[in-house]
Amino acid sequence: MSEYFQDYVAVAAFAAFGLVLVVLTLGITYLVRPSNPTKEKVTTYECGVDPVGEGWNHTFIRYYIFGLLFVVFDVEAVFLFPWAVAAESLGVPGMIAVVIFILTLLEGLLYAVRKGVLKWE
Amino acid sequence: MTGLVPMTGLVFWAELGIKMAVAAAAVPAIGMVIGYAEMKLSAHMQSRVGPYFAGGRYGWAQLIADGVKFIQKEDIIPAEADRPVFKWAPALVMLGTMALLVVIPLHPSRYGMVRDLDVGIFYALAVSSVSTIGVLMAGWSSANKYSMIGGLRAAGQLIAYELPLVLATVGVVIQAGTMSMQGIVQAQVAQSWPFMLTQFVGLAIFMTAALAELTRLPFDMPIAESELVMGYVTEYSGFRFLFFFLAEFANMFSMSAIAVTLFLGGYGFWGIPTDTLLSPLIVFAKVGILVFIMIWLRWTLPRFREDQLQTLAWKWLIPISIVNIIVTAVLKVVV
Repeated sequence: MSEYFQDYVAVAAFAAFGLVLVVLTLGITYLVRPSNPTKEKVTTYECGVDPVGEGWNHTFIRYYIFGLLFVVFDVEAVFLFPWAVAAESLGVPGMIAVVIFILTLLEGLLYAVRKGVLKWE
Repeated sequence: MTGLVPMTGLVFWAELGIKMAVAAAAVPAIGMVIGYAEMKLSAHMQSRVGPYFAGGRYGWAQLIADGVKFIQKEDIIPAEADRPVFKWAPALVMLGTMALLVVIPLHPSRYGMVRDLDVGIFYALAVSSVSTIGVLMAGWSSANKYSMIGGLRAAGQLIAYELPLVLATVGVVIQAGTMSMQGIVQAQVAQSWPFMLTQFVGLAIFMTAALAELTRLPFDMPIAESELVMGYVTEYSGFRFLFFFLAEFANMFSMSAIAVTLFLGGYGFWGIPTDTLLSPLIVFAKVGILVFIMIWLRWTLPRFREDQLQTLAWKWLIPISIVNIIVTAVLKVVV
């Protein structure tokens, strides 16, 4: 296995190990812990009062517009890292290109702010 | 040559196995140390004594006792809950936590960290957000209004603070010219001062965003005891509950260790050679300082409101971190 794939295997192994750890621990505690789910115990907790309506109520998700902005800026960040590594060798031309790129996106953020999208009502 | 290949493969697996065992022991150990520190420091900051009886002196065994208690506690799953999602949510949180430990450098040798990935810091930022998917799963599957609001708040918070967190590190990458964690530390050792001096804006933004990612005060709206009971962990009990807390403390350590690597010079310290056994201790000492500040802030600042949180991220932290990137680039390239 080359060094290159060892990186991937190590990461995958550690991530899987996180899952295994949880499954293993819960398996062990299963042998020790009691299990007596009475009707009252498994009702939805709502400060001791009987729950009103369903848990999955209609909720107004205010974040979707933030989500859209997030995607734009996250992609920007992905593009910034390769340039950041090579910033010195790319020199002034590379920097000017990236600054134009950043300012274009920053202008988009400014537009969103002026449009009142980020306001919370 | 062909004879060597299975041999190196064996060495690789043995090494990985040992590192996994160390990590498996480290996560509860970190959880206990930080958990105890949090209890004791919180107590003293509020003129209380804190844990006192367990273990005889200073209540040092309090968290071991808690662990034993959690092992024996019944694992309650609400009747309304979406069972598979509810059950797997803590596992996903732990997955993110373990994956984050891969890139924390404690020592310059290959045994000082699990794997020195070429894209180290980029990888760390990517997997640090995996836990939030687990949080969102926990919030949604509980079929509880508090949990749902908590989970949604956590998602909104991640979206807002992931960007400052990522953008704050770009300045460091520009200065170091590499994304490898070892490379970043070596760059600071080579110039004999940490990036903190030039990237103090980055450090401040990184720590603010890290607090938000960890959903700790003053950014703990997803949990917010006084309004949401316990947010997304309201319905959890027993060991599943404990996993959320272990993950929080382990992530506190990991985020601080990443900040130490990026901004505080990692295992480097003036006058001490980097390849001794002191290196991990230097990292732990620096992490300890950052963790202390996190606990300190908890008892200093009141909770933000949800809209203030979004405003802070989008109107202040992101523009400032972008300006920081441009200034760093100009200084690096032109000067």
